[in-house]
Amino acid sequence: MADTLRMDRMPHIWCPGCGIGSEVNSFADAVKRSGIDPKKLVVVSGIGCTGRVAGYVNFDSIHTTHGRAIPVATGVKLANPELTVVVFSGEGDLAGIGGNHLIHAARRNMDLVVICNNNFTYGMTGGQVTPTTPGGASASTTPYGNYEYPFSLPFLADAAGATYIARWTSMHSRNVTQSIEEALLRKGFSFIEIISPCPTLYLRRNRLGDGVDQLQNYQDNSILKHGADTRETAIDYQGKIVIGKFVEKNKPTYLEASDKCSIKLVGDDYQLYGKTIPEREAEEKAEKERIAARRAAMAAAEAQEQAVAAKPRKTSAPAAKKAAAAPRAAKKAATKAKAKPAVKKAPAKKAAPKAPAKAAKKAAPKATAKTKAAPKKTRK
Amino acid sequence: MKTVTADPKGVDSGPHFMDGDHALAEGALAAGCRFFAGYPITPSTETAERFAERAPEVGAMFIQMEDELASIAALIGGAWGGQKCMTVTCGPGFSLMTENLGLACMTETPMVIANVQRGGPSTGLPTLTAQQDMMQARYGPHGDNMIIALCPDSPQECFDLTVEAFNLSEFYRVPVIILTDETVGHMHEKVVIPPADQIKVVPRNNYNGPKEDCRPYKFDSQGGHPMVRAGDGYNFHITGLTHNEKGYPAMTAEQSKVVVTHLMEKINGNADKIIRLDEDQIDGADVVVVSYGITSRIAVKAIQDARKEGIKVGSLRLITIWPFCEKRIRELAPKVKAFVVPEINYGQMVKEVERCAGGRKVISVNHCGGAVHDPQVILDAIRKAIQ
Ligand SMILES: Cc1ncc(C[n+]2csc(CCOP(=O)(O)OP(=O)(O)O)c2C)c(N)n1
Ligand code: SF4
Ligand SMILES: [Mg+2]
Repeated sequence: MADTLRMDRMPHIWCPGCGIGSEVNSFADAVKRSGIDPKKLVVVSGIGCTGRVAGYVNFDSIHTTHGRAIPVATGVKLANPELTVVVFSGEGDLAGIGGNHLIHAARRNMDLVVICNNNFTYGMTGGQVTPTTPGGASASTTPYGNYEYPFSLPFLADAAGATYIARWTSMHSRNVTQSIEEALLRKGFSFIEIISPCPTLYLRRNRLGDGVDQLQNYQDNSILKHGADTRETAIDYQGKIVIGKFVEKNKPTYLEASDKCSIKLVGDDYQLYGKTIPEREAEEKAEKERIAARRAAMAAAEAQEQAVAAKPRKTSAPAAKKAAAAPRAAKKAATKAKAKPAVKKAPAKKAAPKAPAKAAKKAAPKATAKTKAAPKKTRK
Repeated sequence: MKTVTADPKGVDSGPHFMDGDHALAEGALAAGCRFFAGYPITPSTETAERFAERAPEVGAMFIQMEDELASIAALIGGAWGGQKCMTVTCGPGFSLMTENLGLACMTETPMVIANVQRGGPSTGLPTLTAQQDMMQARYGPHGDNMIIALCPDSPQECFDLTVEAFNLSEFYRVPVIILTDETVGHMHEKVVIPPADQIKVVPRNNYNGPKEDCRPYKFDSQGGHPMVRAGDGYNFHITGLTHNEKGYPAMTAEQSKVVVTHLMEKINGNADKIIRLDEDQIDGADVVVVSYGITSRIAVKAIQDARKEGIKVGSLRLITIWPFCEKRIRELAPKVKAFVVPEINYGQMVKEVERCAGGRKVISVNHCGGAVHDPQVILDAIRKAIQ
């Protein structure tokens, strides 16, 4: 983690039990596992608690203005198409004030990965209603209950033309990692929504317990449905949450479409920023090969680690068997460029009791970090 | 400012018959701008259209964004992505751009924004001229900040000043605003684009030293500090929050003093190097007409007529609007009887002249937009000035 986070900026500002921290962990993990060159990764955030992500990740990172992360990211990507550009922000930022940018980037199939932390609240400003707050939920600006109709973000992104859409909750950190990894390795507009607890505001105000209670709610109420019709992904107050990978399709990205148009006009010596299309394609191919090599090396190292770890436990027969299977599994994963999401209902359930415990453990050191931090928030 | 000659790919050398809006686009391409994000608005759209048309052959990127909020945001991303960037707009779009104009100032992001002014307020006079955004360019974004603004009076200057705008923007790492107007924007005249080897261009200066010494900022009230380019492995961070030289948030009163002082003094402290004026017969003048943009061309007629009447009148044309030529006005004030300030607004730059005129008479010749002045009203003001 030390190489993917700016340790010189710790402690962070997030509250204990907040979902953002674990999403950042998943993100960092996904970057590593993807095999992409971290030097070529740019993270752009808007404003909000989630907007602070850009300030903690140890990549080129831009903390922009409220709602404008996507157009800034668009500029970065178009200025240097070699870069992988990720937008990490809150739902108020992305779908409220920045909603217009979200739909237009999706419409253009701009080559961006958008990670949206949806906590149903404007966290940074103290718990106001957002475009996704479920009907009936209380917020500081809907003190008698929210009577507006919320957006379902996957439906919005789908209607706007996003070519990859997934939704998970903070409960599903492995799936979050997997989705981010997939998105980092594909072309086009990817939208990943993560339903996440804001214990300090949304949960407290609605008397929904702490972060761990909410993870239990996610566990109980999540319905895994890959390829679900996004029209059926609305979230009612403390109701069912349809999760999964809803959309994955290919169509030319903005840059590909623009290249195609220019080449028709100028001919084969068309260059963007001094590079012809075959030159750019060759660079891209070389980069893909480097990524594949990194992934293979990681899989091999992982397999070896597992084999070493298994050795002293030779006495336990089932464990040894499992360990022996590990390298094979790792190898298999490495050969598959894009692993399918490994979520099935059963294993997810199996992991359930573990996760809240893990989250609780994690929250503890954070709490101490928090007390060291200056008075929590500069309201923005 | 270290310069190189222009990349010939972007330079359409030779004589042209073109309007100011098109000349802005040609100036940008000559200056090495390869990224344009914009949103259509009369009377500025032709600049975007020309850039879009020329982009494929030059190897530049053009994108029409969903609004002006996004256009300027894309410029910030584009600049840190390594490109010289431009957008164009006018009043209503410029209002939207003030949001991230502030972020661009705060993050010291180079970019050029042309405002082809039309009459306001609000939707106002979409197709008719004005110079009503002079103060908005200076004070639009919230908080203390400082930009550079230039004002061309002809299509030729639209070309020349766009090249200069990029050069200043790159060196001082500051947004430079070209405050032109509908009349100049839509006026067709001869524009001579010099050969590439005669165009001096400040190249993007990207940091390439050791990683541990990399600082996106240097708060020394000077220009010339390198940018850091995304993808070069420095893991830079930039934020609109008050920050330290590493780019990390540092939200204290002490740091605010450091940052704000730097942002202001980087420009104000170098005003002598930045400011360009066009002076005519100032020595011994009793009256100095201070004007800019299209209005200075109208003023020429009034000045000529006044001289025929024997009035000693000089002309001071502001090519640089911001920073304001405070020192020059203070120098002239004791030597003249009065200043006359015609402008197509209710009286904006005249306030700056008054501030520096040391009590000398300052006559505002205002105009509420939609047309240029009748030279007669400027002549009348000059006559009044010597009474
Ligand atoms: C233009 C503008 N308007 C309002 C604000 C105040 N503001 C800061 S953060 C925020 C809400 C952020 O909500 P969300 O994106 O959901 O992020 P969260 O804090 O919940 O992670 C608001 C309204 C601002 N900074 N800028
Ligand atoms: S206020 Fe809510 S969203 Fe913000 S850090 Fe705290 S728990 Fe997280
Ligand atoms: Mg939120």
